Amino acid sequence: MGIIVTNESANSEGSSVLSLFGAVLKRDLMLAYRKKSDLFNPLIFFLMVATLFPLGVSPEPDFLAQIAPGVVWVAALLATLLSMESVFKSDFEDGTLEQTLLSPQPLFVIVLAKVLAHWMMSGLPLTLLAPLLAVMLFLPAEGMSGLMLSLLIGTPTLSLVGAIGAALTVGLRKGGVLISLLVLPLYIPVLIFGTSAVQAAVTGLPLAGFFALLGAILALGLVLAPLAISAALRISVSG
Amino acid sequence: MSEKKNWMPRWFYQLASPRWSYEIMGKLLPGFAIAAFLLLIAGTVWALLFAPSDYQQGNSFRIIYIHVPSALLAQSCYMMMAIAGAIGLIWKMKVADMVAKSCAPIGATMAVLALATGAIWGKPTWGSWWVWDARLTSMLILLFLYLGVIALYSAIENEAMAAKSAAVLALVGLVNIPIIKYSVDWWNTLHQPATFKLTERPAMAPEMWLPLLVMVIGFYCFFAVSLMMRTRNEILVRERRASWVKELVEKQ
Amino acid sequence: MSTALLHVDKLYCERDDRILFEDLSFSINAGEVIQVEGQNGSGKTTLLRILSGLSNHYEGDIFWKGALLSTVQDDFRREILYFGHHPGVKAVLTPEENLHWYAAMHPSIDGKKIAMALEQVGLRGFEDSPCHTLSAGQNRRVSLARLYLTSAKLWILDEPFTAIDKKGVAQKEQLILDHAANGGSVILTTHHELAISEKVRRFNLDELAGT
Repeated sequence: MGIIVTNESANSEGSSVLSLFGAVLKRDLMLAYRKKSDLFNPLIFFLMVATLFPLGVSPEPDFLAQIAPGVVWVAALLATLLSMESVFKSDFEDGTLEQTLLSPQPLFVIVLAKVLAHWMMSGLPLTLLAPLLAVMLFLPAEGMSGLMLSLLIGTPTLSLVGAIGAALTVGLRKGGVLISLLVLPLYIPVLIFGTSAVQAAVTGLPLAGFFALLGAILALGLVLAPLAISAALRISVSG
Repeated sequence: MSEKKNWMPRWFYQLASPRWSYEIMGKLLPGFAIAAFLLLIAGTVWALLFAPSDYQQGNSFRIIYIHVPSALLAQSCYMMMAIAGAIGLIWKMKVADMVAKSCAPIGATMAVLALATGAIWGKPTWGSWWVWDARLTSMLILLFLYLGVIALYSAIENEAMAAKSAAVLALVGLVNIPIIKYSVDWWNTLHQPATFKLTERPAMAPEMWLPLLVMVIGFYCFFAVSLMMRTRNEILVRERRASWVKELVEKQ
Repeated sequence: MSTALLHVDKLYCERDDRILFEDLSFSINAGEVIQVEGQNGSGKTTLLRILSGLSNHYEGDIFWKGALLSTVQDDFRREILYFGHHPGVKAVLTPEENLHWYAAMHPSIDGKKIAMALEQVGLRGFEDSPCHTLSAGQNRRVSLARLYLTSAKLWILDEPFTAIDKKGVAQKEQLILDHAANGGSVILTTHHELAISEKVRRFNLDELAGT
């Protein structure tokens, strides 16, 4: 039963994986585009959370400059978390998730494409919006590149790990808070290395090490998270 | 995952039948209970009365005789929970699921105990109840991981689904623990110059670490006892409609 | 080893402390149409979900073409079509986009046939309307259009005729018979009186239910 794989079919398999990846990515981006509120809510939240710190702590520029890396990162982390619930929820509710799980296509690829689509709708715009927050929080200009790059490498990991939480709770009515409980502790390494990268950039220390660490975590996430997400989805749908 | 479920011969499943496990645990329980009781009593007496006091910290260091075993146990309990969960996932083994479920509250309790003793120890040592020390912070995050697993268990009504979901989460946590530990250690050295560290004592005298060893073994025996009691309970609840459980209840 | 398309051996399933079925054994052969009957809550949907591979909360064995289901899942998924309670239709996508996505999930489907399938289910002219503007029945038709596209051998249909008008039902019944005549198999549940009932094998879950 399909054990004989000729060169030709192996090639076509490779291209079909790519076209599958493309099809899922395109669909999810299209869905997000047609439901724009889902797109903007995390961004607005991101801005609001960051505004709370000057109001709640102190508007002193020196002080804000000091906490800016942490504040931007924490706000980005929370905004990602907020957007996480929707990754699989609507697919679960309208039955397309069932159909996805029943398809003969590799779930690993489908899941990866969905997470990428989610990141393009959350992590990427957050990264692009971050300089605005950084300016509002008086982050020194030298820190800007570090902030952008660390968010660019760090937020995909947040999406990958968050998707595990989303997949585990997709069948639950009140999954939102639970996702945070499950996922926040797992976000800590990314937070630590992300903020440290920004601080290093501000003080002019070398950055490559931080990006290597964030990259290594991302690589590990890319390999392992889709497995956990797939398993979690199968479990959640089986109920 | 489900592709792998038929690797093992049938006896493997029978060996792991709830009834068999219930009975074998019943036989093992008294031995472990006695061992735990004796070791903990002996260790406590030895640690509090006979072990010499620390030349720097005086008698306050004696709290390590609770702090270290509970911290160790909290960590190994998580590992056990994740491995038992994996066995339950891969081989659809009910008893492994129950063991994993029973691990979670015990491990969380141990993490709380380690944190509390760490805080109490911190007061005379650092002058404050809480210090963002690398080990304490890692322990706090471990507690969060436990709480996540427990929250997931209680959120999902279907027992089989809850067990599987929690197993996936525990495995994800297990992969993350070394990364978290490394990142927290690293963060700690960045923000605090290495001062006095909890538990990392250079060359403890044998009179000091021997009672510690006794306490650690005692804690593990106690863990075995409470784990078996919880698992036996869980077996009875989950198998309440099985004929052997009904017979058991009628006999009492 | 049996040569049945799908063979179920001593299936046991409980839900919320209630045994839904116990010692349930049956086979589905090529060319057969089977209707599963039973009251609400008798486990019809659960059974179909188990057979489709969505749920694995059961004990017992399921064989696909003689091999244990869990060992041939990829082949199995290539050859089944599942129609569940949720139609699997995205509200913000158009019928055409929905079917294109389904085709992407099932590489054996020829995307060129989508227009024909939509015409068959009477959705011509609605190709470009987002599905949330369509009625419930039309949404289910979008999902049923998959029956015209698929090359799956086994159709697992859970209440496929809900919210479908008489003409549509008759048409789908004919489609099911044609599928069976071509060597395909169907297992379905429905509350409709099937006009084709003489060609359908039935079994009732109530009679099989445990004490």
